[in-house]
Amino acid sequence: MSFINYSSREIILKIVYYGPGLCGKTTNIKFIYGSTNPDARGKLISLETKAERTLFFDFLPLSLPPIRGFKTRLHLYTVPGQLFYSASRRLIMKGADGVVFVADSQRERFEANQISMDDLKENLAAYGYDLTKLPFVVQYNKRDLPNINSVEELRAEFNPGGAPDFEAAAGHPEGPGVFDTLKSVVKMILKDLKNPQS
Amino acid sequence: MNAQSVIYEDEQKQLADICQRLLREALAKAIFLLDRNGQVIVSIGEIAEIDVTSLASLVAGTTAATSSLAKLLGEPEFPVHFHEGKRDHLHISLAGEDFILTVIFDQRSSLGLVRLRVKKTTERLLEAFVAMEDRRRLPAPKGAGLFDEITDDDIDNLFGDGF
Repeated sequence: MSFINYSSREIILKIVYYGPGLCGKTTNIKFIYGSTNPDARGKLISLETKAERTLFFDFLPLSLPPIRGFKTRLHLYTVPGQLFYSASRRLIMKGADGVVFVADSQRERFEANQISMDDLKENLAAYGYDLTKLPFVVQYNKRDLPNINSVEELRAEFNPGGAPDFEAAAGHPEGPGVFDTLKSVVKMILKDLKNPQS
Repeated sequence: MNAQSVIYEDEQKQLADICQRLLREALAKAIFLLDRNGQVIVSIGEIAEIDVTSLASLVAGTTAATSSLAKLLGEPEFPVHFHEGKRDHLHISLAGEDFILTVIFDQRSSLGLVRLRVKKTTERLLEAFVAMEDRRRLPAPKGAGLFDEITDDDIDNLFGDGF
């Protein structure tokens, strides 16, 4: 649910990165944090276990240039990927304006992606959201690793609806695809707010 | 899914006035009024040293988790939770369905005083929320929305060189 504050002249959008454990959601957020002008970013909060697995969520606030005199702020969240954190994932989905599904391209993670996608649909349905009506982008991550599924295989399974999708390597020093994914979902959200679907 | 949550200037001022009174009467250090998604509506008091955005997201997170805990135990809600520190303490309470009132206080005040004043303040806030809801039931005049004014070019230009 976008938040418009006429007093502070701000538009705030909530974007949630979803996907199976170890697919690179936190790596996406950390790459964005590391590549953004310090003036345009807030503090990165990671609620992690000692083993660097996300426990509750990661949170990164970002500022974009103003539009029509309103500052645009992005609140990026990741969900914990591990299966048993379903209740936490559901909490974080509340009020999401857009979702990025980060699929792990490695062959051995195909089933984990499927389970996570089913879980996403279920958690969205809990709030009355629907993947086909929500600003939604798919990222095929870890394209720099060997033993990966082809984009066609991944697209057929995880993006049959033809949402914008991007190949990425969030763990690579140059993080190809990371910002393309973010920009795409932000544009979708703003266009969706401008031209609401009935 | 394009639901929007909007706070207008006059509403923000009214809510800020109510929180200002709480700040004074509870001898509090800082007060934050947030929505359940962690958006900051009011932040007043000694806040210069506080990362308000981070605080808001964490308070919303802990409130959501506390609320789920309550339901797990068969309670409709745990409307108040309290964190006691060595120096500063955090009193978090629900104000209606959609808002969270957060009070930071130190040795200048006490838990009893904060609880008492928060209770009174919550009543005032609930009255204000009713008026806000009534206003939202009125149909918005066509073209009055902020997003009607934003062009596709505005959106495309958002990610300039500086990002």
